[in-house]
Amino acid sequence: MVGGRALGGRILRLYLPLTFFLVAMLFPFYWMAITSIKPNRELYSQRVMPLIVHQPTFKHYVDLFEQTNFLTWTYNTMLIAVVTTVVSLVLGVMIAYPLARLNFPGAAVVAIGVAATYLVPQPLLFIPMADIINRLDLGNTLSAVMLTYPTLLIPFCAWLLMGYFKSVPRELEEAARIDGASRLQAMLRVVLPLCTPGLLSAGIFAFTLAQNEFLYALIFLTKSEVRTVPVGAITELIRGDVFYWGQLMAAALLGSVPVAIIYSFFVDYYVAGLTAGSVKN
Amino acid sequence: MAVGPASVARPAPLAGRAASRRSLLERESVFSWVMLAPGVLFLLAFVAYPFFYGIFLSMQDRRVASAGTFVGLANFVAQAHDAVFWQVTRNTFVYTIVATLLKMVGGLAMALVINQQFRGRNLARAFLLLPFIVPTVLSTVAWMWILDPTFSVINWSLLHSGLVTQNFSWLGNATLAMVSIIMVNTWRGLPFYGITLLAGLQTISPDLYEAAAIDGASVTQRFRFITLPVLKPILIIVTMFSVIFTFSDFQLPYILTHGGPANATHVFATYAFDIGMSAGVLGMGAAVALAMLPALGALIVALTLYLRRE
Repeated sequence: MVGGRALGGRILRLYLPLTFFLVAMLFPFYWMAITSIKPNRELYSQRVMPLIVHQPTFKHYVDLFEQTNFLTWTYNTMLIAVVTTVVSLVLGVMIAYPLARLNFPGAAVVAIGVAATYLVPQPLLFIPMADIINRLDLGNTLSAVMLTYPTLLIPFCAWLLMGYFKSVPRELEEAARIDGASRLQAMLRVVLPLCTPGLLSAGIFAFTLAQNEFLYALIFLTKSEVRTVPVGAITELIRGDVFYWGQLMAAALLGSVPVAIIYSFFVDYYVAGLTAGSVKN
Repeated sequence: MAVGPASVARPAPLAGRAASRRSLLERESVFSWVMLAPGVLFLLAFVAYPFFYGIFLSMQDRRVASAGTFVGLANFVAQAHDAVFWQVTRNTFVYTIVATLLKMVGGLAMALVINQQFRGRNLARAFLLLPFIVPTVLSTVAWMWILDPTFSVINWSLLHSGLVTQNFSWLGNATLAMVSIIMVNTWRGLPFYGITLLAGLQTISPDLYEAAAIDGASVTQRFRFITLPVLKPILIIVTMFSVIFTFSDFQLPYILTHGGPANATHVFATYAFDIGMSAGVLGMGAAVALAMLPALGALIVALTLYLRRE
């Protein structure tokens, strides 16, 4: 019965715990999905078996599009995420490149400063930031968040990219410089193309971080037309004690889709970015 | 590439100036600082300045839309005499410590499970990381519905399996509300530990285990003397990151409980938000936020030094 015992061990060590983790991690998404297509009479009944949908309906989705500014919120969220990701990637490259590959006075101070700003959490800054945005008269504009999100993303991109830039052999760059390329050309045409995976990782990560941001958006965007999906859902689909659960779940699911799609195409880059800081090559 | 020959080679004055500007840019330190300037200035203006401005605000009696007056450390003294502040402090530490331990142990278990050979491993890894990548506010809304006082699916399952006889008020009871925010934070952060630790496990050569097994090392010994030493540096970095961001968490408790019931789940960030934003007492709010600084500062300095040493 050796085979039987081996199979038993495999079930115990692999399939059982794996199933547990998969169910525990994915159940909330399943719950989000089926809640969004349940009619209200099923949602608010304690007698109906809640784990499946008996009479699916798209009413919550229709209501979400017709009764709220969900499309505007989605547009705002995407616009903000794309703009801040591009800006942060460019500025992140410009910080990471000299720090990783060049010698200059002040390098150590800048490196420590970037690491520290990466680790300073938002809740330490949001109250003074709110006052600053107010004085700049940027309340209720997308500029307010486009200006503040990069404070979270630039240090992250710079930190991640430094690792990739360091891994490019110095000889390649030197050869290009001997052939007459300027420092800028050597960077743009030799080092950056070799670091495409790093740029992708940083970009995808920055994009998901921008989609995830909530605190600044909550404080700065108080008019419906300028809100992002998380802020819009929380402030307009919960009114006092009334929760529009069906629409909330529809919004949560649709709001997760852009990130999930990008993630599904670039899982490996995402994981590489996640582990770059913590695993030495 | 000296400055002289380049300008001699191009006698035209305009071209000469352009060439010398270019060769100036070719200097390592000039090029570096030209590249750095925009990003560094931006971070100085929007991270360093707000940070110090926050310290200034915390020493003011300052409300929204009115001028402030300097009050020294009065805001901090007032907080130190407020029982709610100490409750918030305790909440934050309980939340951070318990959630971190759960994520660490659970994440290690997850990594060890996925590190085995099986079909669909990459797919499983991709799915298991989902809680970490989906916007927190949106997944927390789903949890809010899972923990609903009347229609909680957890309650439904417990009742119908005969394990309990009445509904739990997950978010309405002080202890259960803390259990709930810790549970959801663990759910969200555990895959981060799991996937990074997995990456560490995958750097260990199977030969090492085989050699150890031949030498008679038991499974526990192999874990203790091969697996743990490799994972240690990763575990330290991941844990410090996770502690910093759990300690200063805002989104999750804000959405799930708003700090309630009766401040039982208020943490520093949500409490500072309530005072500074909802009530509009900026100075006091800034002081509460800064109360995070001693613990956070120590962690940030430790991690910055650790990362630099790497």
